[in-house]
Amino acid sequence: MVRFPIIDEHQASLRAGAVLNGGKMKYYNEMFEGERVRDPYARLNDWIETMPDDFRQMKQAEAEALFRRIGITFAVYGEGGDPDRLIPFDMMPRVFEQAEWRRLERGVKQRARALNAFLRDVYGRGEIIRAGRIPARLVYRNDAYEKAVVGVVPPRGVYSHIIGIDLVRTGKDEFFVLEDNCRTPSGVSYMLENREIMMRMFPQLFRKNRIEPVDQYPALLRRTLESVAPPKCNDRPTCVILTPGHYNSAYYEHSFLANLMGVELVEGADLFVDGEFVYMRTTQGPKRVDVIYRRIDDPFLDPLCFRPDSMLGVPGLLDVYRSGGVSICSAPGAGVADDKAIYTFVPEMVRFYLGEEPLLQNVQTWTLWKEDDYKHVMANLPDLVVKEVHGSGGYGMLVGPRATTEEIELFRKKIEANPSNYIAQPTLSLSTCPTFVEEGIAPRHVDLRPFCLCGDRIELVPGGLTRVALREGSLVVNSSQGGGVKDTWVLSE
Amino acid sequence: MKLSISHQTVYRYDHQVRNVVQSLRLTPSVFEGQKTQEWRIDVTDGIRGPGFRDGAGDWIEGWTVRGPTDQITVSITGNVETRDLAGVLRGHREMINPLTYLRDTRSTAPAANLTKLANSVTDRTDILDLAHGLAAAVGEAIAYRPGVTEASTTAAEALKLGEGVCQDHAHALIAVARLRDLPARYVSGYLHSTIDGEAHDAAHAWAEIHVRGLGWVGFDAANACCPDDRYVRLGSGLDAADAAPIRGISSGRGAEQMDVSVQVQEAEQSQSQTQS
Repeated sequence: MVRFPIIDEHQASLRAGAVLNGGKMKYYNEMFEGERVRDPYARLNDWIETMPDDFRQMKQAEAEALFRRIGITFAVYGEGGDPDRLIPFDMMPRVFEQAEWRRLERGVKQRARALNAFLRDVYGRGEIIRAGRIPARLVYRNDAYEKAVVGVVPPRGVYSHIIGIDLVRTGKDEFFVLEDNCRTPSGVSYMLENREIMMRMFPQLFRKNRIEPVDQYPALLRRTLESVAPPKCNDRPTCVILTPGHYNSAYYEHSFLANLMGVELVEGADLFVDGEFVYMRTTQGPKRVDVIYRRIDDPFLDPLCFRPDSMLGVPGLLDVYRSGGVSICSAPGAGVADDKAIYTFVPEMVRFYLGEEPLLQNVQTWTLWKEDDYKHVMANLPDLVVKEVHGSGGYGMLVGPRATTEEIELFRKKIEANPSNYIAQPTLSLSTCPTFVEEGIAPRHVDLRPFCLCGDRIELVPGGLTRVALREGSLVVNSSQGGGVKDTWVLSE
Repeated sequence: MKLSISHQTVYRYDHQVRNVVQSLRLTPSVFEGQKTQEWRIDVTDGIRGPGFRDGAGDWIEGWTVRGPTDQITVSITGNVETRDLAGVLRGHREMINPLTYLRDTRSTAPAANLTKLANSVTDRTDILDLAHGLAAAVGEAIAYRPGVTEASTTAAEALKLGEGVCQDHAHALIAVARLRDLPARYVSGYLHSTIDGEAHDAAHAWAEIHVRGLGWVGFDAANACCPDDRYVRLGSGLDAADAAPIRGISSGRGAEQMDVSVQVQEAEQSQSQTQS
């Protein structure tokens, strides 16, 4: 039995940190506190230390084979190559202890309640704007603000039913929200698959550690969808997942969730409006649909209401929705809550609607359309992360400390051309988790996306999607930018 | 004024179509300037679907026709009693914040010629005065001439041509108003032309500009006036497509031909126009 080499954590951190702020940046290592292994990782450490030499390669190959067989793949936009590329899976789990998780859970749920309260408000009377807490312009002139659904109150007042909140950790008790995803956050299939594969490959780990389950998620999701059935539904609601089709990068997830929930996966052409309701074509004739978990964006939902050239949607859907004949999850217009400019006001929403202090902090954000912020950002580009207001997936962003002078100057020109399209944040010292790499095990930066379900109740399964930046020193965890995924454990007490 | 309206839209299809779905914004608005006494919407073999009032205060009705069919007629008949409120949309219930109407669409996108026209209106005492000035400027810059523009013509293109119909006037006025930071929107409706009036379409369109203190005020740049008791208002939107009285789609191949006829008559004094 050969001990598996663990690369000196401290050294590695310093190496990565040396690039940032001239080495001043320190990373929180989730496994080690100095020389000591932190409690939640104690048993994992035993596992690593007793691991045979060729064990890892063998298991990694096994994991890949399993993923291939299941078919979980992720298309990377604009990179060409194999569209069915595997998203790299790291076998080393990320571990939270119960108390850490409870704190996070409270914070995530609080934020989810505030975001839905905000959506109810801005499609109603707009009290938060009248109170001067959020500038009217940011809401009403926002592209994601849907005029067509003003005054529509969805069942239970919930606009966003599945909220993915991206969190990063910078210290033992320091978590920050990087962004909120209120439309159709993806990635939950990885949370479920990563667990499934870990359990198949390492059953002994799950006997030694008491790990909270996540496999109830599909049932909870279905319950959530059923709990927001429209007023005109008086039977057990029929739910479907509406997908743009198999060309979509998340198609696998759509079919996976439909399968696990036991609901139909449909495309726009499978649904039609007749009279007051929406129906799906089935071999037994038309069947009324009550709740649509849509995975297509607002502009494509209904050519009679939004983009007239959309072939993906269902003509007349919005009329049925607005008259209470069907529920749409997330509700059209929910995107106005997760815009990067609105993001800066979420702590304000928590205070305004809930009368509470936010449990999760925002990352300091400079908005480039403000003159002072603009000056600060332009003077400090090499130290900052700059993102497009409507960008996602790690595209169109500048990570100052990782960029070359040329890249920075190129980006500066882009900002100058349209400042209001950008926000900037400090480069965060994302925590690291031990990760299998070529040479052994080394710390790599991670983030976390838990998936909060909002219906008649607000629920969060203990876990989420941990994304890991596999390149040494990289802080970009997006799978489109060379990120991988890990199983996320919450230990029982 | 008591106006009686009759409005037929006939769709003829080359091939049989099925599952025709329409969203109709074809019911007169509710405000102090008009009172609907009778209103009837019929769609050939149509099933009346959901009806609701949207955030802009418009009554929307969904209709479906299962088919197969090669012809569908949407017909409207009704009577509306109108009052002259000098264009002010008084007593209209709506929920959309006026700032939402500062957003541009393809049809109203800013351009150099629009900016120039918007900035040519100077020395105005207040917003209402500015709005009147902008409407007059648009009326002068674009002459009424049917047949030179199309449904897809943008405000900037119409201004460049210097000619167009009511849709172009409305788009141009909306564009220049937004350039002056005034919320503006497209309104579709009917117009009863007086004897001395020009032969404008009875199916008409104009613009509304939001004036602080007064609310929404209509401006008909094509006729150099504000809507009065000759106008019947149906609904609004960011542009013509967004405010369209009929939006529809069908499954089936082949072309579609549309014929429209509109008659707006004064109940006592009979007068009509037909447009096809």
